[in-house]
Amino acid sequence: MMELRLLLNDRPVVLRAAAGRSTLSWLRETRELTGTKEGCAEGECGACAVLLGEPTADGIAYCAVPACLLPLGELAGRHLVTIEGLNHPDGLGPVQQALVDQGAPQCGFCFPGIVVALTGYFLTCGRPDPVAAVAALDGNICRCTGYASTVRAVENICRELAPHLNATSTRVADLVTARVLPGHLNAAPRALSALAADAGSAPAATLVGGGTDLLVQRPDELAAAEVVFASCRPDLRTITRDLTDLIIGGAVTVSELGRHPDVAACLPDAPEMAARFGSTLVRNRATVAGNLVNASPIADLAILLLAHDAELVLERDGGARRLPLRAFYRGYKDIDLAPGEIVAAVRVRPPAAGTVTNFEKISKRRNLDIASVNGAAVLRVDNDAFAAADLTVGGVAPVPFVAVKTAAFLVGKPVTAKTLHAAADVLDQEIAPIDDVRGSARYKRLAARRILFAHALKTAPNLLSVEAFV
Amino acid sequence: MRTDDLHLHVRGESTYVDDLPSPAGCLVALPVGSPEAHGRITKLDVGGALGGSEVVTVLTAADIPGQNQIGAIIQDEPLLAAEEVHHVGQPVALVLAESLAAARAARKQVVLEIDPLPAVLDPREAAAQGQLLQPARTFAIGDVDAAWESCAVVAEGRVETGAQEHFYLETQSALAVPQEDRTLLVHSSTQGPTAVQKAVSLALDVPMHAVEVDVRRLGGAFGGKEDQATPWACLAALGADHTRRPVRLVLDRADDVVMTGKRHPYSSDFRIGLDGDGKVLAYEVTYYQNAGAAADLSTAILERSLFHSTGSYHVPNVKATAFSCRTNITPNTAFRGFGGPQAMFVIEAALEKGARALGKPLHQVQRANLLNEGDVFPYGMHTEDCKAIRCWEEADAVFGFADLTAAAARHNAAHAGTKKGVAVMPVCFGISFTNTALNQARALVHVYHDGSVNVSTGAVEMGQGVNRKMRSIVAGVFGIDTGRIRLDTTNTGRVANTSPTAASTGSDLNGAAAKLAAEMVCARLLQVAAKKLDADTGELAIAGGIVVRDGAPTELGWDELVQAAYWSRTDLSAHAHFATPDLHFDKTSEKGRPFAYHVYGTAVTEVTVDCLRGTYRVDAVRLVHDLGRSIDLATDRGQIEGGLVQGIGWLTLEESDHDSEGRLRHDTASKYKVPDFDSVPNVMDVRLLEDPNGRAVLGSKAVGEPPFMYGIGAWFALWDALRAAKPDLNAVHTAPLTPERMLLLLAGEED
Repeated sequence: MMELRLLLNDRPVVLRAAAGRSTLSWLRETRELTGTKEGCAEGECGACAVLLGEPTADGIAYCAVPACLLPLGELAGRHLVTIEGLNHPDGLGPVQQALVDQGAPQCGFCFPGIVVALTGYFLTCGRPDPVAAVAALDGNICRCTGYASTVRAVENICRELAPHLNATSTRVADLVTARVLPGHLNAAPRALSALAADAGSAPAATLVGGGTDLLVQRPDELAAAEVVFASCRPDLRTITRDLTDLIIGGAVTVSELGRHPDVAACLPDAPEMAARFGSTLVRNRATVAGNLVNASPIADLAILLLAHDAELVLERDGGARRLPLRAFYRGYKDIDLAPGEIVAAVRVRPPAAGTVTNFEKISKRRNLDIASVNGAAVLRVDNDAFAAADLTVGGVAPVPFVAVKTAAFLVGKPVTAKTLHAAADVLDQEIAPIDDVRGSARYKRLAARRILFAHALKTAPNLLSVEAFV
Repeated sequence: MRTDDLHLHVRGESTYVDDLPSPAGCLVALPVGSPEAHGRITKLDVGGALGGSEVVTVLTAADIPGQNQIGAIIQDEPLLAAEEVHHVGQPVALVLAESLAAARAARKQVVLEIDPLPAVLDPREAAAQGQLLQPARTFAIGDVDAAWESCAVVAEGRVETGAQEHFYLETQSALAVPQEDRTLLVHSSTQGPTAVQKAVSLALDVPMHAVEVDVRRLGGAFGGKEDQATPWACLAALGADHTRRPVRLVLDRADDVVMTGKRHPYSSDFRIGLDGDGKVLAYEVTYYQNAGAAADLSTAILERSLFHSTGSYHVPNVKATAFSCRTNITPNTAFRGFGGPQAMFVIEAALEKGARALGKPLHQVQRANLLNEGDVFPYGMHTEDCKAIRCWEEADAVFGFADLTAAAARHNAAHAGTKKGVAVMPVCFGISFTNTALNQARALVHVYHDGSVNVSTGAVEMGQGVNRKMRSIVAGVFGIDTGRIRLDTTNTGRVANTSPTAASTGSDLNGAAAKLAAEMVCARLLQVAAKKLDADTGELAIAGGIVVRDGAPTELGWDELVQAAYWSRTDLSAHAHFATPDLHFDKTSEKGRPFAYHVYGTAVTEVTVDCLRGTYRVDAVRLVHDLGRSIDLATDRGQIEGGLVQGIGWLTLEESDHDSEGRLRHDTASKYKVPDFDSVPNVMDVRLLEDPNGRAVLGSKAVGEPPFMYGIGAWFALWDALRAAKPDLNAVHTAPLTPERMLLLLAGEED
């Protein structure tokens, strides 16, 4: 149990609770704030979306997250805004009104989450853009409407709000003026800074990233454990560059990773990976270290970073060691991480000039789905031959898989369809997918081949033609 | 207008069962499900679960005071399994605890040992073993056997369609609150309040008047809460009756997905014969319905498959046979379309194969066989005011089927990596409960003496907008603003003997009853007005909240009129009953007039397949839908778009099946994928054919289910694209056509 202080909508709250308990159950059962709905309790529907605000130098930075994947411990010193906290005492804000004007809600159960997620978009966007606003709803499932009415409403809201939104630094005030937010949001920075500091957490506590998988897989254990969250370590939340490497802090969220200009500059395939990772809501919670330590054989980020031969910075008791990510995964969910050791950062060397990088993910549903097979490639072609190759494939082995033999086979070979078909045969020998709910082994083998072809087509479009591969 | 649900929805202020504040002393109930698909219970020891201080009790079948039986049509489903289990997730015990955490911990301590018996999962295997819920039923017209030889081509095939999880966002929930004298108030997320009331009364051995069921709204249902809300309400009621404390039972998503039934998978065989012009002369089809471990609504669903065996087409010689097969999976249940979509998919598959055998484009063959005015269905009913051809022609005129097909062909000639496909899908769907007796409804209208109006009907609001339609209908009768009207909860104490809100009939039946009730009160009010204005009632009406005389406003407003009526001791309440006229069906001859009318429409779907990855997009669905006169346009449009997307989901992404042990493979929200914002068609162009319908309230037409079947077009458009890539591919009419199946087919690795 820990004691923590937070701002809940317009009220300061002192709370004693298990740090690992989900915010959703606390809101509904203890606070009786039932506008936040439980649709799945595993981050798959968005009905429980809330805004989490973190104090910054010039105010509070908000993002929309699923309350079911938000451990209470993350609320310390933060501003939690539920749908109730977005309501005006009377009448509707423009986001709500636009949805009503289109007759968008049917059963209504998912709409509090949609209103919150849209508000989260307007809090963080540049110029409102209907396509991006709809993309920000990639974590919100509605079973009634077919979404068309909501899309029409979003188009209208974006048009209506565009003239009123200036720089993101004045965004809260602008949105209050536009009545998207109620007035108490303007007072939140002061109210938040007036909260007394929390007592420090237990020294033996386990450091947890976003907890997005733990809260789904092991909720009872997490609630019972002494945990502390990586977000309270500012030193783990930075993205920096030194002379050689891009250095990504372990507590950086996938959202932060996906929009950081240095990341896009160094790892051109990272934004595509981030866009396909979970949903906006989940990406706002999921961390780099969490995705790597979770050791899923299909982890999107691990697959990307392995292709780039990233290196981990592991810390314990003030000491640190470096370990190639490729040495980190020893077997199914078996990683080279000592008790008490944390993934403090990932170091990645930007690929050499002339190198092409590509991330592919084949999943049943394009968004908010776990891949059947994913893959990343770092390829360089010189004189119509493969000069360098790094390949990874997810979902085909007990660990996120580095296709060393396939990559080695490619190097030095001419870029031809014949080479790639032969390489695909090598890959087929290298991997060992199993039948599971993400697909049959046969399908995964086929998908892995096709992903290899897709990498090559992107790398050398002038040398290859898709006809040879379909 | 704060009484509108939409305002509450976007503010998060709409109340669903789990949002009701817990009454003092409320317990949490958690069902214990069978881990085995079939077996004998050799040990059920709840002792270990009772250890925790927060655990109140664990109930088993022996604790049920009344019948341990919830089967509505066939009495074959226990509330709690006593001796045998017949599917994974079948409830065998009920944990009652002070908190959810305690209940979850206690559930793990219940010892359940089962001696496994062979599990049958395949409906054809079940049929071969004689595991049928009822003898096979056959609908026949003409003489198929004689017709084959006059056919230019005869094609045969097998069709598989998969299960579909409802994935209503609000899971199954109930809150039972004991009242005095062993009566109960049950809040249930059900489409059938009376079904719950009856089942609770039987389980507790109390009369129905001791059970009050109250339903504010559902967070989605789609048929999944027509029959399958009942066990959870019964279990909550059992717990409340046993402990004399309020009991809340809300399934979490994982339990809901495993413990509740889905759309029935069907395995079907067809044989179709066409003449040289593409006219279908004969169609023979056999359906094997995977009913699951208990009847639930399966036999009624099977019947609707038979009614829709010929889809939107006229076929002179038909023989359709249907088996409802008992297997060891969770009993399957109602889902939007109720057996219709499965049968329509088969006739479309048959036409596809027949057209190919004949070497004609599919849409030409479809068009050649569309229902015309006066055509007879295999069940003996003739079309009336048939709009099949009109919808098709309008859609063709507006969207240009030939142009769309030509554009796809041009794309396909120029691109190896992607292929486009186009398919036209006509829909004809019969409206009425096929069980004729259910086509009745009642409404209770109160006008309070301040002029506000309260309406109760048997209809349950589940997002389909029935309450908006009721308000509109009653406001229309009274000539007042909809803001003066509030829809009360659906409550068995106010409106009795309700039919479930299902079969798309909710607003037809209940709207007609509400209209009658409002008209009764209105007639009395006009008598008061006539007296006050010294006029004849025939000259008077109410419009815009004012009494008008021969069309001209008088000085008598609604509020004043209501006051006057009250003070002159006028009854301001009315209860009315409506039964759909002219319905009959004879199950011996399988002939009759089971439907009040049919709804028609035509959709054209365009898709693009990524031939390298096997992934795809639905580019556009454009459709003309026969709506009658709309009572609420936004609501109807939402039903059409929502139904369409659900239908596309059924045939593309939504995969739900079992492993060889009968365990659901897609058993969580992270494994079962419903359409999201990104996966819906880029373009949904909905055009309405608005033509008043003489057979429903205010000229409207039911809209809930028919649009679902436009989604079938997505499968055939994907198939069209696939065949552009693989022209020699033989038909494999298996749904859903997931990206996995698509890639395997593209690669020639699946046949």
